[in-house]
Amino acid sequence: MTSVIPMPAARLTRRGLLGGAAAAASATLLAGCGDSPTGTASDRPRRGGRLRAVFAGGGAQETLDPHLANLFNEASRAKAMFDKLADYGPDVSIRPRLASGWEPDAGLTRWRITLREATFHDGRPVRAADVLYSYARITDPKRAFRARASLELIDLRGSRAVDDRTVELALRRPFAEFPNVLAAFGAYVVPEGADAFDRPVGSGPFAFGAFQPGRSLLLKRYADHWDGAPHLDELEYLVANEESARINALLGGQADYAHDVTPTTARTYAGDARVRITRMANSTMQALAMKVDRPPFDNRDLREAMFLLTERQQLVDTVLSGAGQVGNDLFGKGYQHYADDIAQRVPDLDRARFLVERAGARGLRIPLDTAPVASGFVETASVFAEQARQVGLTVEARSGNKDTYWKDILTGGVLACYRSGAMPIETHISQRLLSTSTTNATRWRRPDFDALYARAVSSTDEQTRRQAYGDMQRVLHAEGGFLVWGFADFLVATSPRVGGVSAAAPANTLDWARFDKVWLG
Amino acid sequence: MSLPRYAARRALVGAGQVVGVATVVFVLTEALPGDAAVVIAGDQPDPARIALLRDQLDLDRPAWQRYLDWLADLASGDLGVSLVSQRPVAGVLAAGAAPTVLLAAATLLLLVPLSVGLGMLAARREGGRLDRALSATAVGLYAVPEFALALLLVAVFGIRLAWLPPTAVGTGGDLLSRPAVLALPLVVLLARPFCSLSRLTRAGMIEAMRAEHVAHARRLGVPERRLRLVHALPNALAPVAQQLARTTDWLLGGVIVVEAVFVVPGLGTALVDAVTARDVPTVQGLCVLVAVTTVTVNLAADLVAFRLAPRVGAAA
Repeated sequence: MTSVIPMPAARLTRRGLLGGAAAAASATLLAGCGDSPTGTASDRPRRGGRLRAVFAGGGAQETLDPHLANLFNEASRAKAMFDKLADYGPDVSIRPRLASGWEPDAGLTRWRITLREATFHDGRPVRAADVLYSYARITDPKRAFRARASLELIDLRGSRAVDDRTVELALRRPFAEFPNVLAAFGAYVVPEGADAFDRPVGSGPFAFGAFQPGRSLLLKRYADHWDGAPHLDELEYLVANEESARINALLGGQADYAHDVTPTTARTYAGDARVRITRMANSTMQALAMKVDRPPFDNRDLREAMFLLTERQQLVDTVLSGAGQVGNDLFGKGYQHYADDIAQRVPDLDRARFLVERAGARGLRIPLDTAPVASGFVETASVFAEQARQVGLTVEARSGNKDTYWKDILTGGVLACYRSGAMPIETHISQRLLSTSTTNATRWRRPDFDALYARAVSSTDEQTRRQAYGDMQRVLHAEGGFLVWGFADFLVATSPRVGGVSAAAPANTLDWARFDKVWLG
Repeated sequence: MSLPRYAARRALVGAGQVVGVATVVFVLTEALPGDAAVVIAGDQPDPARIALLRDQLDLDRPAWQRYLDWLADLASGDLGVSLVSQRPVAGVLAAGAAPTVLLAAATLLLLVPLSVGLGMLAARREGGRLDRALSATAVGLYAVPEFALALLLVAVFGIRLAWLPPTAVGTGGDLLSRPAVLALPLVVLLARPFCSLSRLTRAGMIEAMRAEHVAHARRLGVPERRLRLVHALPNALAPVAQQLARTTDWLLGGVIVVEAVFVVPGLGTALVDAVTARDVPTVQGLCVLVAVTTVTVNLAADLVAFRLAPRVGAAA
C-alpha cells in the first residue's frame, strides 16, 4: 500500500498556482455559484447525465481487477465499482465504508467487524464470506497483489465469519492501527469466488457497462448503493496520456473532467470561463532521500547541514510553480498524528556551512539521482544543486531510467529525488522506516525507533500512541534521512457544468477521483 | 528477370527480414533496463514482490528459451498473450490497427491525387508563377515538424475557433463514428508527404519531358496532353512510387506524435505503452506486424516500379 502509483507512462503532475491559500479558496468555489446561468453547475446536486472524465491510461495493459489497480484511472475505476471496508478521510484518518464499525479485543489481536447492509450489482448481499475471500485472494502467496504487504498481518486461518454481517479477523500480532489495513490501497471487497474481471461485479456506486482497455470504460449508476445512489446516470472514463490532450478535450467539449493537470495549464486558463480548476492540497510529499547507512550521509552533521541549506520556498515556487506548501522534513502535513508542534525549519546557511566543515565535507561531490518519473524531479535536482553550492557542496544531478527508477534508488546511490502520495503516517513509517521495511529508501534502521513504533501500534491508549508518534517524528526531524521540502497540490480541471468535486481530498483519499457525489448541470 | 520470379525472390528475402527484425527487437527489449516485474512494482519495489512477479510472469527462464518458445508459437500463427493483462496480443494488434489503417488509407487517398496532380501542374511551366508558389509552400511546410503543426492546428482550429474537434477523445478508436475528428490529424499527416511527393513528381515530369522518347513522340505529332499522361508520367512515377511506399510504411506504423496529440489509440500508441510496460510479447507482436507491413509495402512498390520502368526495378 502506497500512494497511487502511476506507472511511468502516466504523467504525474500535481502542482498549482497560488500556494496554500488556494485550497481553501477552491473549496468554496463550487459552493459560491449561486443562481446558475446556463452551462454552470448549480450548487445543489442535480440528477442525471453522463460525466466524461479523462485520465492518463495504461494502454492495452489496463485491467479492471481492483486488486491490481495501480494507475490513477485504475484506482478511480476501482473506487467507482467496488468498496473497501474503510477508506481515508480528508486528513487521512480512517472512515468506515462497507464496515459500519470495528471492535478489537483487549489484546488487539482479534477484531470484530460489522458490515453494513449492502448489495453487489447482481443483487447478492455483501457477506462476511466475501470479505474473507477477498482478503485471501489479495494475500495469496502465489500472487503479488499490491495490498498483500498490508494484509499479511491477518491470520486468515484463525479468522472467521461470525454471521453474514459480522467477520472476526485474527491478527498475527497486536495492532492498534488495524483500520489502516482495512483502508489499504487496493483492499477492495469482491464477491466470493470472483477471479475474472472482464465484467466486474462490485458493490460500489457504479456498475459495469462496457470496457475497451486503454480507451474507455462506461459505468452506470447503481441505484441501490448503500451510501446513496450517484447523482449521475452514467460515468465514462476516457484516456488521454498527454496532459495537453486532456485539457484540449475539456476545452473542446469532449470531456467534462480532466484529471491531473499542470500548474502552467491552471495559470493559462485561470480566467477562462470554460475551465474550473480544483486544487487538492497536501497531496504529494516532495523530498530528497538520503541513505543514512553509508557515506556521506551516515554523518549526522551532514544530514543536518542538508536540512539547513534547503531554501524550501524557492523549491515550492520554482519546482511546484507555487502550488504547494513548504515541508518540515516530515511526512504527512495536515494528516492525523502529524507533529505540527515541531517548529518549521528555516534556512541557516552559516550553521550549514559550519556543519559541512565539521563533517569534513567541504567540496564533496554528491551524486543526486533523479529521473523524469514524476513531475518536478529533474527541476528539483538542478535547483537543489544550486542551493547546495552555497555551502560548499557539489551536488551533481544524475539522471536515471524512469521505468526502473524506484527499484534503482531503493538500494543504489546516496541521495535521490523522492515523492509519496497520501497514506496514514503509521503506514509511511511501517513501509519505509523500520528495520523490517521492504521499501526503506533512506536505509533508516534503528532498534530504538522500531521500539517506539511497536509501542505506538500495540497500545490501546490513544495518549500513549500520540506520544510515540510525536517522539518518532522528533527523531526523524532531527536526524532522519528524508529531507521533505514541500507538499504539492493535486490539480483537476473541470467544465463549469460539473459540481461537487471535493477540494479537501489529498490524492489517494476517498473523495479524490470520486464521482458518486459529483453532478452535472 | 520475369516479374513472378522477381516477386518470389523478394518475398523470400522479406520473410527472412521479418524474423531478423523480431530477433533484433527481442534482443533490444531484453537489453532495456528493468523488466515487466520491475515496472509493475513501480514505486513499491519490494524485492520479494518483484521476485514473485518475475516468477509469475515466467521471466525467470533464460531469455533464449522464451524467445524460441515465442518463435515456435509464431510459426503456428500464435502471437501469445500480453505479459501484463494476459489478453491475446492479436487482439491488441487488431484494436490498434483499426484507427491506424483508417488514417493511413484516408491520408493516401487524398495524398496521391493531390501531390501528383499539383506536381504535374507545377512541371508544366518550370519556373513559372505556379511552380514557384508551390515550391515555396512545399519547402516551407516541409520545414514544420509534425508535432508543431499538430499543436498549432489544435490551438487555432480546435480551441480558439472551435471549428473542429481538438482530439479524438471519446471515439474509442472508432474514428468514423465522428468523422470530424479525422480532419486535423489528416492535415498533419498530409503536410510533409505532400511536399516530398509533389516535388518528386515535378522533378520527374520535367526530366521525363526532356527525355529522348518523349521528344521523339512529340516529333511524331502526339498531342501534348497525351504526351504528358502516357509517355512522361509513367517514368516520372517510378521514384514517386518508392517514396509513396516509404510514406505508406510510415503511416501504417502509427505516427506516434500525431496519435499522442490527437489521442488516436493506434499502433504507435500501443507500441509506446507496451515498451513502457516492458510487455515483451506485445512489443514483439507489434514489431512483427510493422515489419510485415514494411516488407509488403516495399515489395509492392518495387513491383510497381519494375512494371513502370523495368530497368530501374531490375537494377534494384
